[in-house]
Amino acid sequence: MVALSDKEVTKAQHVEEVILSHLQTHEEIVNSGEFAKANGLEHDLLLSVVQSLHGFNYVEAQDIKKEAWVLTEEGNSYATLGSPEVQVYKAIPLEGISREDLQKKLDVSVFKIGFAKAMGNKWLETKPLVSRKVSNVEDQVQQQLVHIRNGQDLAAADIDALKKRKLIIPLIWKGYSIRKGTSYAPKRTKAATDLTREVLQRGTWKDLVFKDYNYNALGQPTEGGHLHPLLKVRAQFREIFLEMGFEEMPTNNFIESSFWNFDALFQPQQHPARDSHDTFFLQVPEKAQFLPEDYLQRVKEIHEHGGYGSIGYGYNWKREDAEKNVLRTHTTAVSSRMLYKLAQDGFTPKRYFSIDRVFRNEAVDRTHLAEFHQIEGVVCDRGLTLGDLIGVLNEFFSRLGIRKLRFKPAYNPYTEPSMEIFSYHDTLKKWVEVGNSGMFRPEMLLPMGLPEDVSVIAWGLSLERPTMILYGIDNIRDLFGHKVDLKLIKSNPICRLGMR
Amino acid sequence: MPTVNVGRDRLYEALQQHYSEEEFDELCFDFGIELDDVTTEKAIIRKEKHLQEDTLEDEEIIYKIEVPANRYDLLCLEGLARALRIFTGKQGSPTFSLSSSAIQKMYVQPETALIRPYVVCAILRGITFNQARYNSFIDLQDRLHQNLCRKRTLVAIGTHDLGTLEGPFTYEALPPSEIKFVPLKQRMEFTAEELMDFYKSDLKLKKYLHIIESSPVFPVLYDSKRTVLSLPPIINGAHSAITLQTKDVLIECTATDLTKAKIVLNTLVTMFSEYCEKKFEVEPVEVISSDGNATIYPDLHVRSLEVDLAYINGYIGVSLQSKQVIDLLNRMQLPSEATIGSNGKSKIKALIPPTRSDVLHPCDVVEDVAIAYGYNNILKTLPRSLTQGKQQPLNHFSDLLRSEIAMAGFTEVLTWILGSEAENFWLLNRKHKEHTGVIVGNPRGSDFEVNRVRASLLPGLLKTMGHNKDSPRPVKLFEVSDVVLLDNTKDVGAANERHLAALYCNTTSGFEVIHGLVDRIMEVVGISNAAVGDTKGYYIAPSNEPEFFKGRQANIILNGSCIGSFGIIHPQVLANFDILDPCSVVELNIEPFL
Repeated sequence: MVALSDKEVTKAQHVEEVILSHLQTHEEIVNSGEFAKANGLEHDLLLSVVQSLHGFNYVEAQDIKKEAWVLTEEGNSYATLGSPEVQVYKAIPLEGISREDLQKKLDVSVFKIGFAKAMGNKWLETKPLVSRKVSNVEDQVQQQLVHIRNGQDLAAADIDALKKRKLIIPLIWKGYSIRKGTSYAPKRTKAATDLTREVLQRGTWKDLVFKDYNYNALGQPTEGGHLHPLLKVRAQFREIFLEMGFEEMPTNNFIESSFWNFDALFQPQQHPARDSHDTFFLQVPEKAQFLPEDYLQRVKEIHEHGGYGSIGYGYNWKREDAEKNVLRTHTTAVSSRMLYKLAQDGFTPKRYFSIDRVFRNEAVDRTHLAEFHQIEGVVCDRGLTLGDLIGVLNEFFSRLGIRKLRFKPAYNPYTEPSMEIFSYHDTLKKWVEVGNSGMFRPEMLLPMGLPEDVSVIAWGLSLERPTMILYGIDNIRDLFGHKVDLKLIKSNPICRLGMR
Repeated sequence: MPTVNVGRDRLYEALQQHYSEEEFDELCFDFGIELDDVTTEKAIIRKEKHLQEDTLEDEEIIYKIEVPANRYDLLCLEGLARALRIFTGKQGSPTFSLSSSAIQKMYVQPETALIRPYVVCAILRGITFNQARYNSFIDLQDRLHQNLCRKRTLVAIGTHDLGTLEGPFTYEALPPSEIKFVPLKQRMEFTAEELMDFYKSDLKLKKYLHIIESSPVFPVLYDSKRTVLSLPPIINGAHSAITLQTKDVLIECTATDLTKAKIVLNTLVTMFSEYCEKKFEVEPVEVISSDGNATIYPDLHVRSLEVDLAYINGYIGVSLQSKQVIDLLNRMQLPSEATIGSNGKSKIKALIPPTRSDVLHPCDVVEDVAIAYGYNNILKTLPRSLTQGKQQPLNHFSDLLRSEIAMAGFTEVLTWILGSEAENFWLLNRKHKEHTGVIVGNPRGSDFEVNRVRASLLPGLLKTMGHNKDSPRPVKLFEVSDVVLLDNTKDVGAANERHLAALYCNTTSGFEVIHGLVDRIMEVVGISNAAVGDTKGYYIAPSNEPEFFKGRQANIILNGSCIGSFGIIHPQVLANFDILDPCSVVELNIEPFL
């Protein structure tokens, strides 16, 4: 309900008093409309007061609906000036008048309608001049219209005729008949809506009647801010990794050299992923200024001629290609830096993770973006096996609530064996790919200087895909980027990934 | 991953077994390929032409199968079916052989070194084509051209009806005006010069022109009667075109990368010698380089790789006997035998056929053992070493700060790192010179304007505001994320910096709300307000930045250095970002708080 101003409140109180005191001495108010008119009250205000009194059972109100008629603009003008046929009749002098002159004396539409009607009523003669055929006419239409204006009833046939001439239109009139209700009192004690400080301190809460609370309405929205849904999911992934003993890698370097992004990972320089169709290369800063020279020589050697039991790729490795800066295409670029550092610092078993932004020069659509977040887990230890990778993946995914996994052989230039991770999707009733994994190739690890018996297992997935599935979002741009729907951020539930 | 289209019925015929789609899908999964789509030839054409028609019942069903990018031997039906037959134990691995001696010779002229220095050749004698085999032969060349040959830049393949030619052959590099021949699918003679012009309008061939266009000499192959075999990597001659009747096929691969040329040649001959009179036999060609050295191609030698049994078992996490490993490797086209090393340890000697160029290292042998054993049969174990979970302090701190800002009533957004030059500069009233940052050299075609890596979080917040005009006021947004700045002390010449930015938008500017947020941030990081000019603590000082409204903006000074600024957004900037209500914004570097 719209809040009432003070003035309106006073008026409403007056209406309330009139109604309640009338019912003290009368059985019934038969028609709220007539009652309002008789007492000089506004009917609309009276209706809202009755609704309120009815709600508290002071009165019992029953709907009255009446089809009433009101005049159209045209009807209104005829009620005042007379019907057009009478206007035409009256405009004709006793001696008669030419049609043209008659037309000039009258309003265009009055002439047009009135002349036809008057002819129809056989009031006029037209030859040679227009003249009166009857000596006197009675303007019944005008009288009927005046009746309607005064709220009086008419015969059904007359109503039909006026309706047809579009001089009146129907209006549904609503009102009440009013009797005493079960809680009737000559004066209303207003129910309290809230336990206020004043009420509390005065102690009046003991005697006050409290208004019923509407338990079906929503409460008042909370104030305060909101965290972003994707980052709430990120937080849960971080916790899962931390619980599993993983150490976070420093991934705050979006710009990476091709050397760390590709070459160090034993990804050959002609590999399609290194095409400009897949990777963003930089104009500024175009090239890396320095690369680890000793290590670079070992990387060049393994690409060109192999070593450590490998035959290599057998091509002419170019330093210029390794120097080219890129927006990193995967966080594995950071993993390669970390593993190299681990080899330099002296090997100890490690578990690393990261969740951060990566870039692909690909067409964007509802599910793919040029920027997204990669989740990566890496375990390095002596003598790790493919069974360990499968075991770690089962542990990791079971914490996400994904317990049914299977693995498909795949190809990736820097892992061997490589496995695509599939999980059974209960609603889709099929196996869907949820991530990629593998054991880093010796051609990647040994040039770094890691001991020969050290193996590294790793896996990766995107943050966006599980988030979209989790929250049923079908367009990633509703979530990520400036075209975000703020309502979606605000109404997003907490992320329970990792709870068991 | 490359996709191979094969006819279902031909495939099942070649596999000597009929599978249901589900059964075949399972087989693919276990072997490490993927049944990507089931369609028909006509449906593919309809899709290309965007036509809506129903599939007719008599159309041949096509399987689109994704294969690993390093398995060139799986790029045609012949190789795919062979690999699966061997995997399912229906046949053993074929042995490829060279017929006794090279009859044909290919002489390489020194000028080829200027443009495309290598050529390798081989001959398939007594081959029997039919339409399906012929199509597969052409398709395989197309796929190799697209994948391994990197769109013909590294290797280009020419195949010829040897019966129409007379050796010996020469591989030369000549000025384009001196090369004249009738190219494939044409009737007129063209000079190479004219051809380059002619093919500019050819949708298929124009993308290869750039490979030789600017060179003063073009590579070309001739027979002894000066018939042009081909103008690699563009087009073959019409004269030696192969037909369904061709019996003897000469294959030449010209290249800038010899290793890949050899792999391409081996792939073609090992796949299609299947249809030769003497199955799996290839006739070699002697290639004589300009310095007189002669080499016999193709190089079909079988490499042997000895791998410790313990290495295989340890890598996978199984305990297989030599015999089991040998059985498994046989199914993966790696025939092997058990040996004993000098140290008395069991070894597996795997014989790597010329089809398996993907095998570089013993770990590749291990993978094949694991695939044949079945990834899903491997026992799950867990790494035993104890390691400690640890967060990056910067990320940990950012998360704590994000919670505080959210508790202060701000809603977090996550915006793009890539943006346009306009939104990073002139839409903010900023000039280029003042803010040089990271520029992408190859932005995507349709988004060519999106070539800037953000140096500020401001554009993202303003764009978000512009797109959420109908949000109830006040709108309070924030983001804690990285920007990238040029940095000469870093190897790559740029470094990330962690920023915090917040925006307030309402019917009033909310300048004091943002000011209050700045104070609150300082409060939660435990830095106290200081007098102007102090070098300990923080204070704010009036600033004069173009993106802000004059007289309603300030720098945030922490321990004597400016770490950020805040202010009412300039009305012009508001208009640029299509924002109708006043906004105040703060952006600061949070790394000094650590």
